[in-house]
Amino acid sequence: MVGAAFAALLAANPLTAALRVLMLDRAPPPEALGPLPPVPGLRVSTLTPASVRLIERAGAWRDVAPPHSAAFKTMQVWDSSGSGCVRYSAAEAGEPVMGHVAENDLLQAALLRQLRQPGAGVELLWPAQLEGLHLPKPFSELQRDGGGAAPGALAELGLSGGRRLRARLVVGADGPRSHVRQLADLRTFGWAYGQRGLVATVRPEVANTCAWQRFLPHGPLALLPVRNGYANIVWTTTPRHAAELEAASPEAFADAVNEALQGAPTPARNFFLPAAAAESEFRRPPLVRPASGRGPKSFPLALRASGRYVRSRLALIGDAAHAVHPLAGQGVNLGLADAGALADALAYAVTTGQDVGDEGMLEGAYEAPRQAANGAMLAALDGLKRVFEPQSGLLSGLRGLGLDALNAVPGAKQRIVRYAMGV
Amino acid sequence: MLSRSAAGPSIVDREVTKFGDVAAEWWDPRGSFKPLHALNPVRVAFIRDALCEGFGREAARVAPLAGLSILDVGCGGGILAEALARLGANVTGADASADSIAVARAHAAGDPSLHVTYRDATAEQLVAEGAQYDAVVASEVIEHVADAAAFMRALGALAWPGGMVAVSTLARTPRSYALAIIGAEYIISLVPRGTHDWSRFINPEELTMLGNEAGLALDRMAGMSYNPLTGRWRRSDDTGTD
Ligand SMILES: Cc1cc2nc3c(=O)[nH]c(=O)nc-3n(C[C@H](O)[C@H](O)[C@H](O)COP(=O)(O)OP(=O)(O)OC[C@H]3O[C@@H](n4cnc5c(N)ncnc54)[C@H](O)[C@@H]3O)c2cc1C
Repeated sequence: MVGAAFAALLAANPLTAALRVLMLDRAPPPEALGPLPPVPGLRVSTLTPASVRLIERAGAWRDVAPPHSAAFKTMQVWDSSGSGCVRYSAAEAGEPVMGHVAENDLLQAALLRQLRQPGAGVELLWPAQLEGLHLPKPFSELQRDGGGAAPGALAELGLSGGRRLRARLVVGADGPRSHVRQLADLRTFGWAYGQRGLVATVRPEVANTCAWQRFLPHGPLALLPVRNGYANIVWTTTPRHAAELEAASPEAFADAVNEALQGAPTPARNFFLPAAAAESEFRRPPLVRPASGRGPKSFPLALRASGRYVRSRLALIGDAAHAVHPLAGQGVNLGLADAGALADALAYAVTTGQDVGDEGMLEGAYEAPRQAANGAMLAALDGLKRVFEPQSGLLSGLRGLGLDALNAVPGAKQRIVRYAMGV
Repeated sequence: MLSRSAAGPSIVDREVTKFGDVAAEWWDPRGSFKPLHALNPVRVAFIRDALCEGFGREAARVAPLAGLSILDVGCGGGILAEALARLGANVTGADASADSIAVARAHAAGDPSLHVTYRDATAEQLVAEGAQYDAVVASEVIEHVADAAAFMRALGALAWPGGMVAVSTLARTPRSYALAIIGAEYIISLVPRGTHDWSRFINPEELTMLGNEAGLALDRMAGMSYNPLTGRWRRSDDTGTD
């Protein structure tokens, strides 16, 4: 998805539209933009206003905007030990909405439509696999080996089916287990959380424009509004519990969600809040009913990041560069921001006659700013995760206090809201 | 940037050898020429804007220099020449160091869509051949030549009447002394030790005078400042350096 966003951003900018772009995938990506199925798909993303602006720039927003997606204006985060609750609202960040929840397939299809416009200058190729990648050697190795290929040489790619091509820049947007990253010999670091993320579609009993997230003993459960009055569940839990939930009947699953979201205790009144600040007080989330369609599906959770995002003639974007914990639903937002930053770096290179695959240019204009931003988010998400995981009395007490204090301090909250919204 | 309204041996042998020795390093992104790589987009933007204005073109588009013939005198490994070629210009890069020209040719050969003509020649040799171009560029070169006045005359003769000459140089001002010589060569190793000789630095007023003597009228001048902490160059209106 991030790869399609990147190609669409290049095509939308007159400075980079003339670059010849080939986009390949091992599988045909979803393209149908026809009437959407009544029940939304399982894989959805929470798009921040910053991501929406990028999708607008790529020309794809009108195919994604509500009613094709759902907007939410408030967010409530609370804790199952009953000791803390925080509510965020878009108004606090000076934005009309906090975010949009869109199905991944729809977003992908909307971006692909832009790439299929006549004159987009993007060749699309699937199914195709990258089998070999030869990058020019770093200068130091050229010196040691006494010559060989010039340092300005292009990257050489070998595709399944025998096609060979050369490129000024290879962009790896091939997800968390990036083959491009392996072929380029870039090292990664990371760890598995020993937990699974389970996604499901349910139907709330009342109309809902709030994103709800409750921290439960095994991890957070989020209920997000999606189009057509449905809601998406993202539930982080143990592998055993996830397996049980996957095997449950739709009714039993809805019951489990209701129990997890509604179960006692509800947070006590927040002592930090002035009596009049009812806006920020705890609200009860809607009850949910089963939805027809696919049952819940779960994925293992892990954090994996590449130490470097670039080499000469190579850049990684999206999950290929950093797969984060899906706790705050930031994976797609970080990936889109990468795509925007790399597209801008190439436009700048075009106007100053720089090689779009030049390592120094990629380092300064793309890698450095994105590593700083992604690193901060990675650390924040991982830290958040660690704070919330062990459900010990002391920690959860502190946590509750922390959330309450946060809810009452407008400045701090606003900064967090703005950060999470990417504005 | 000077415009031509109307050309002797200007090269110092010692200076040519100095660059010949480090020629292999021209394209090492972490080597001696790293600051030059960092400076390149800024100086390309300056030259691009000046040429676009001078030749009535729009700068903010793809290949704004398409069709213009440009001579890059003292092109070294081709850092500037390649960039100008990517902006659409028909670029000839000339350098008195055959080693540098060999490096420049090998590097440009890596990218089949990049067309730069390289000549192992001095400005005076090109004048003797009667070569002329829409624009002549000499970037960080004039401080290495023995006779700056003769060099400027040669540059002027290499431009068609109505053509443009762009000269950039580290300036001999107290600030550039601090930045370019002490800072550059001894503290932060901006350019290889010994590549810049303080007594040869030229300040903006001298450059203008030399240009006038060579029949060139000053069109614009810009300064660039280097931040050793970020390793970035920035355009500034202060012509204390460059
Ligand atoms: C359970 C779960 C829930 C999540 N929830 C959210 C959420 O709510 N919000 C959010 O923002 N993010 C969420 N994420 C993260 C989000 O899905 C990813 O960040 C996002 O999909 C990354 O996009 P990408 O384009 O980088 O990679 P991907 O979406 O993985 O796309 C990679 C593409 O590369 C192709 N490909 C892979 N290998 C090859 C190869 N060898 N050759 C050719 N093509 C190849 C694939 O076919 C695919 O099209 C969640 C992740 C999980 C696991």
